[in-house]
Amino acid sequence: MNLGEWISQPVNWVFALLALASAYSGVRVVTSQNVIRAALFLVGALASAAGLFLLLSAEFVALTLVLIYIGAVIVLFLFGIMITRAPLGRDIDLDHKRRAPAAIVSAVLFAVLSWASIRAFTGREVGGVGDATDTGLIGEALLGRFVVPFEVVSFLLLAALIGGITIARKDLSPAEEEARETV
Amino acid sequence: MLVNQFLILAALLFSLGVYGVLVRRNAVMVLLAIELMLNAVNINLIAFESLLQTELAVGQVFSIFVITVAAAEVGIGLAIVLMIFRNRRSANVDDFNLMRL
Repeated sequence: MNLGEWISQPVNWVFALLALASAYSGVRVVTSQNVIRAALFLVGALASAAGLFLLLSAEFVALTLVLIYIGAVIVLFLFGIMITRAPLGRDIDLDHKRRAPAAIVSAVLFAVLSWASIRAFTGREVGGVGDATDTGLIGEALLGRFVVPFEVVSFLLLAALIGGITIARKDLSPAEEEARETV
Repeated sequence: MLVNQFLILAALLFSLGVYGVLVRRNAVMVLLAIELMLNAVNINLIAFESLLQTELAVGQVFSIFVITVAAAEVGIGLAIVLMIFRNRRSANVDDFNLMRL
């Protein structure tokens, strides 16, 4: 498929738009000198990823992403930023002084990954564009073939919940504990 | 749509995440970059699901698992960062050198 053919499909325009938004937000997440702004740019990156999922007819995953990430995880991040009193506003010291090695590592990684995928998948087209995946099918897969990982993940969530509370709560000294009990 | 366009976008987002993890000094910012990498993996999973059209929508099921585990990871990660901040008055990963010999 050449470039002209690629551009002639309207769905690719939508992809190009979402990809640009995603790449721009991704760049700003890792380069922004303002912590709140970086967290909000992550919302942009995740929202455009959700758009890509809709494009690939994965509605359920797209909505899960919006609900869990944009709805809950970002709020958690904002809480974390506020509580650790990360310097709000511009902060020059948010990054290391030596950025070049990190940039080289990530550029090499990108080159290797894209070389591998170009080598392996040139000309392959995604199928099923436009016909939505049946959410019932995902539900049946989750509670049928994948019921053991599903239960493991739910147990993991419970463990994370308890662990998060245990780690983050303030430890009281024995005297304080006694004082609290007598009140 | 070609599958490569999704894979290369995901590779770009993943490399950006790696850059962020390596270059950021604030622990919360490192967690943000990790989220970016996990999201790139999700894009890959959904793209491969679309390419292979598996009977059970395996790619989508796995990306749901990834999202769930990422949510748990953020909760625990932020709790740990909070605890370290309380003890050391800093969220800077360069200050976390207690275990260095």
